[in-house]
Amino acid sequence: MYEKITGENAYQVPMRIYPAVHYTMGGTWVDYNLMSTLPGLFVLGEANFSDHGANRLGASALMQGLGDGYFVLPYTIGHYFVSSKQPKPSASHAEFKKAEADIKAFTSRLLSIKGKRTPTSLHRELGKLLWEKCGMARNEAGLKEALKRIPELRAEFWKNVNVTGEGGGLNQSLEYAGRVADFMEFAELLCLDALERRESCGGHFREEFQTPDGEAQRDDQNFAYAAAWEYQGPDKAPVMHKEPLVYEEVHMSTRSYK
Amino acid sequence: MNLTLKVWRQKNANTPGRFETYQARNIIPDMSFLEMLDVVNEDILARGEEPIAFDSDCREGICGMCSLVINGAPHGGHRGTASCQNHMRHYKDGDTITIEPWRAKAFPIIKDLVTNRSAFDRIIQAGGFVSVNTGGTPDGNALPVPKTDADLSMDAAACIGCGACVAVCKNASAMLFVAAKISHLNLLPQGKAEKDRRALNMVHQMDQEGFGNCTVTGSCEAVCPKEISLSFIARMNRDYGAAMLKGR
Ligand code: SF4
Ligand code: FES
Repeated sequence: MYEKITGENAYQVPMRIYPAVHYTMGGTWVDYNLMSTLPGLFVLGEANFSDHGANRLGASALMQGLGDGYFVLPYTIGHYFVSSKQPKPSASHAEFKKAEADIKAFTSRLLSIKGKRTPTSLHRELGKLLWEKCGMARNEAGLKEALKRIPELRAEFWKNVNVTGEGGGLNQSLEYAGRVADFMEFAELLCLDALERRESCGGHFREEFQTPDGEAQRDDQNFAYAAAWEYQGPDKAPVMHKEPLVYEEVHMSTRSYK
Repeated sequence: MNLTLKVWRQKNANTPGRFETYQARNIIPDMSFLEMLDVVNEDILARGEEPIAFDSDCREGICGMCSLVINGAPHGGHRGTASCQNHMRHYKDGDTITIEPWRAKAFPIIKDLVTNRSAFDRIIQAGGFVSVNTGGTPDGNALPVPKTDADLSMDAAACIGCGACVAVCKNASAMLFVAAKISHLNLLPQGKAEKDRRALNMVHQMDQEGFGNCTVTGSCEAVCPKEISLSFIARMNRDYGAAMLKGR
């Protein structure tokens, strides 16, 4: 596989290894049954925050998908179905109509901008910004810069993006632009959370918080919590809820990779 | 490098399609075929035209979404390689490359190079689920599986469901795909309980979907990105025959 991608034989030339963005940490808030704040909406695998906090290594997607799918959901979803009476949902419900109208408005808004920049170019600019300011090592100044720049970029997206085609059939640029629109919101939250967490832990390395020999310095006194951010609507600041990490049997300790 | 592309463009299943010519400029040989198309699409979009629609997801050869007929061969004709793992270093500066969608009655075109492969999903669904409750993690040797069976099952399980086997086959037969899916489960003890039912139902669904029958030309094996062996078709025929005889 490596040879196919690079055209180099790893037996003869040293392998080239570089860091790449894999997953973002966290995920949607769920309870112990893996149900989100919306009754009946269960979130399994990578999409929920339950098993991975500040650290998340490759292949853990499989672990979480299997773990949630084998050990949790078969019991909790079934229980939900038998214990709650669900009326047949109707497409004429006011909420349904509203959701439909919202999506239609969102789609036609994207299609009508007809600006100068492609969704890819805006996506790349956002990606580069995050890579530099909220990448493997971050600091307060950089995060603040990113938090200033992202809303500007988002504004530019909504003023100057070019999405061709129509909304009726398959339209991959529209689909892509919709995702970039989401990234524009999510990127801001990512930086905000990284700014708030004034410690280094797991994949979050704040340059200000390191031991004299350059290792991550955790602060369990003040930051032993999972941050659950509540969405307040577009262009409104999200609200943070702290979920303290309380351990009864084990004690928190710092892992050493040395 | 610079290339000329002849790409199949089609608005939807009801509108006739045609080849359009595009120039791919400044392509880096280390790009994958799909990354090359991304570059071309950026160009098209910058001109305010609609980009070429094509399927992809993982781009590392494991999901089966990419599905391009490149110069007449599904996935481009490099051994054991999906379109996304086909790199531009295989082409020469100045080449003209033809790109078409999968062509088979059971895979109707949705747009440009994107086809509807839900027929495969329906075949998988027809196979049903494994009813044996395997419970928690069993003891290491509680469920003996001979190494040869485990290996064979793994080989079958490597099928990513891309549909290249159908696209290349003159009969548009899906037998390599169905054989891989049936064998993967039928070879293991957990899958044995539904062995007969699985073979009958999946083959039945395959016929319903309008795929052709196998005349053992072997072109499927040649283009399969996962090099699924033709011998699985023989195994499927045997499982199917045995189930028929038992009348289940
Ligand atoms: S058998 Fe090979 S070509 Fe056919 S669907 Fe599976 S991976 Fe694709
Ligand atoms: S994009 Fe997943 S196999 Fe090619």
